[in-house]
Amino acid sequence: MSEPILELRGLTKVYPGGLKALDCVDLDIRKGEIFALLGPNGAGKTTLIGAVCGLVRPSGGTMRAFGYDLSTHWRQARARIGLVPQELSTDMFEPVIRAVSYSRGLFGHPPDPGRIEEILRALSLWDKRDERIMALSGGMKRRVLIAKALAHEPDLLFLDEPTAGVDVELRKGMWQLIDSMRGRGVTIILTTHYIEEAEEMADRVGVINQGRLLMVDEKEAMMKRLGRTEAHIALAEPIAAIPDGLGRFPIEIEQGGMSLCYRGGDGTGKGKAEVAELTKALTAAGIDYTGIDVRESSLEDIFVALLGEKEAA
Amino acid sequence: MHFNFRGTWSIFKREVMRAFRTAFQSILAPVLTTSLYFIVFGAAIGNRMPDLGGVEYGAFIIPGLLMLTLLGETTSNASFGIYMPRFTGTIYELLSAPVGVAETLIGFVGAAAAKSLILASIILLTARLFVDYSIAHPLWAVVYIMLVAASFSLFGFILGVWADNFEKLGIIPMLFLTPLTFLGGTFYSIDMLPEPWDTIALANPIVYLVSGLRWTFYGSSDVNFGISLGITLGFLAVCTAIIAFIFKSGWRLRA
Repeated sequence: MSEPILELRGLTKVYPGGLKALDCVDLDIRKGEIFALLGPNGAGKTTLIGAVCGLVRPSGGTMRAFGYDLSTHWRQARARIGLVPQELSTDMFEPVIRAVSYSRGLFGHPPDPGRIEEILRALSLWDKRDERIMALSGGMKRRVLIAKALAHEPDLLFLDEPTAGVDVELRKGMWQLIDSMRGRGVTIILTTHYIEEAEEMADRVGVINQGRLLMVDEKEAMMKRLGRTEAHIALAEPIAAIPDGLGRFPIEIEQGGMSLCYRGGDGTGKGKAEVAELTKALTAAGIDYTGIDVRESSLEDIFVALLGEKEAA
Repeated sequence: MHFNFRGTWSIFKREVMRAFRTAFQSILAPVLTTSLYFIVFGAAIGNRMPDLGGVEYGAFIIPGLLMLTLLGETTSNASFGIYMPRFTGTIYELLSAPVGVAETLIGFVGAAAAKSLILASIILLTARLFVDYSIAHPLWAVVYIMLVAASFSLFGFILGVWADNFEKLGIIPMLFLTPLTFLGGTFYSIDMLPEPWDTIALANPIVYLVSGLRWTFYGSSDVNFGISLGITLGFLAVCTAIIAFIFKSGWRLRA
């Protein structure tokens, strides 16, 4: 496992008034990964990003980025971190190219028109370089923010809700863009409440709620551990009880005996294989069926279940 | 990585460019206003006024008018410079960048001061169109104008951090700074005031600023130049200390 480039230990933020936005968060981010931080509104995602990027003053805990303590060597660390905020916050009167060049200078880099051109072309903004930002569409404004964040060639990039409020086509374009940034070796931490987004892109997923990091795991491992297969088998004739020989399957009778429901597996395909076994067993037992509806649980199901469990606890 | 020179230059350049983007508001409007003062007080009324301390009235008001513009423009330039990023949310970029208090101050305050110095030069050139004047201590004049510009840029920066709406942003310059400047001997010498107003006038800090600048122009003033210089340096130190506290505590900048 590669060394973490970001290490958070016991990170806590209590706002004046007593709201605990972060509650003793421990998190390691590995070089080159895409980490998705999932959570409902107000979970603490933006506060976590703000604490690392210097927008929020933590109440407790330690933060290290690239081996530097962020409370003492913040210059060295921040020079390598980029941030794309959730809000479309930029000087709307500035032309695109000037705004992006300003960001590069602000982070201490010498002017490099070639690099700026490369970034703007990659984001399909080159043709709009002399336009004032206020004249651009919402999607383009968001891309300008990404260009500004990339202008100083960060090694770690925070994307706070990168696709909030953008249409499906642009969202998919944004996913491709994020993937290409990963290809260039940029480590990416994105917050989202679109589970689909995390499922599509992330290597690892963290689930945060009420300031607490509930779970951090590889996406695949999380799916494997918490994933489920659900199958509904419509029967030709109603049954009163589960026949002998089928007791080894995790099934229940539904709809007055007209349907069998299977809930099992582990998100790796084991469930589908068991459903196939179940259908063979039904045939062997002389039980006819008229249809099968099989569904794998998504990350969203896992996320909702996880939040539900924690709230119930 | 120590002091971020490029970051400082980026902030400075951007702030100065912002003035050119709003040239009418930043440059032409103060020049027009000052010209009107010269026409009304210098040419129309000034012709009927006696010389003050051996200086023609039209020339006498130049340091005061210069100070009036300097204080107003420097304060508003610096306060807008930091308030607008807070208002629009673009301050996230500044806070997340490897720039500290020194870079931020030199960038924002330096730009506000530089704009004011450019403006002061333009006003002096404009004044030349209306009245004849000379500067007795040009070096001191430049140093003093720079000190005042720097002090009030810091003051404006504090206002811009303190204000959480546009009304607050304008209230100090409008309700305090401008009236105190008008009452601070811009258009008269406080020797002209009857007792006890001439003594009361000394409680107005702007009197010392106007007086100090007038000394650099004509070699005479209501108050000793050393006192004026001391008060200006003291104000500079107080503003610097407040800003150091703002950055250390993150007051109104960081959540």
